Amino acid sequence: MAKKESIEVEGVVTEPLPNAMFRVELANGHRVLAHVSGKIRLNFIRILPGDRVLVELSPYDLTRGRITYRFK
Amino acid sequence: MPKTDQGIIIKSPQEIAIMRQAGVILADIMRVLERHVVPGISGAELDSLAAREMAARKVTPSFLGYRGFPAHICVSVNEEIVHGIPSPRVLKEGDIVGIDCGIIYQGFQSDSAMTLGVGRISGEAARLIDITRESLEAGIRAAKGGGRLSDISAAVQKVAEDSGYSVVREYVGHGIGHAMHEDPQVPNFGPPGRGPLLRPGMALAIEPMVNVGGYQTRVAPDHWTVLTADGSLSAHFEHTIAITDGDAEVLTRR
Repeated sequence: MAKKESIEVEGVVTEPLPNAMFRVELANGHRVLAHVSGKIRLNFIRILPGDRVLVELSPYDLTRGRITYRFK
Repeated sequence: MPKTDQGIIIKSPQEIAIMRQAGVILADIMRVLERHVVPGISGAELDSLAAREMAARKVTPSFLGYRGFPAHICVSVNEEIVHGIPSPRVLKEGDIVGIDCGIIYQGFQSDSAMTLGVGRISGEAARLIDITRESLEAGIRAAKGGGRLSDISAAVQKVAEDSGYSVVREYVGHGIGHAMHEDPQVPNFGPPGRGPLLRPGMALAIEPMVNVGGYQTRVAPDHWTVLTADGSLSAHFEHTIAITDGDAEVLTRR
């Protein structure tokens, strides 16, 4: 099965938005709209402003991403 | 299983041996599926057939339930590129159909795909299929130990574009092992000489997706099926390979 091309970057969550969306500020200064991945929701991991996270971005829309990991 | 610093998992010779067996089994299943692609059969029937063949060989389907995918194989017709969900829709003479299948054997994955004509197809469609198959072979030939990942990407792109076709950008091949999608991503385009060093023990799934028209894609309302944005025909071939000191070994060779 083909994989969707993606780029993974680190960022910090700046604010929560409705529908489990978050604004994340990336290491490069870009701010993106990100949703929480299913795996994180399944494991009941809470994401809060200030958390450092990994965001998966599509190279074709760098303003939106998916939070795939929350760092300790 | 040690990792390289790129995060690419290196498999031991014993693990590659298991993946080799997995590849033989998958190649067998693909041959059975190929024999059944005739006008009048539906994707759903092919999916049921795949399910029975997997059960008979005591392997498990890797696609079923993967991120919610509802079937054992992907069936992608004409302007569908990949990830088509098998349906009661009947394949008709002149269609081209891409079948993508993945299995798990003793904990290791194998992934392979082929595009077939249904009955008699147009010369244009036949040429697309031949060139796409050839682009995969070119990518495999470029996958030599000591080379770079994007040598594969450049080889695939050259064959496809030299024939006037485009290569899909948004979907890529991938490392494979215990998981279906591991590092590295293997694009089907780009200049050679870039990316991770190819080392023995790496296992990759190389899968060119080639369109007659432009490379842009869109996703259908079912959230899975990927189609060409301009509605042109698309073909897809895939093999799982093991990198060696010399030429790559094709694990899913039919």
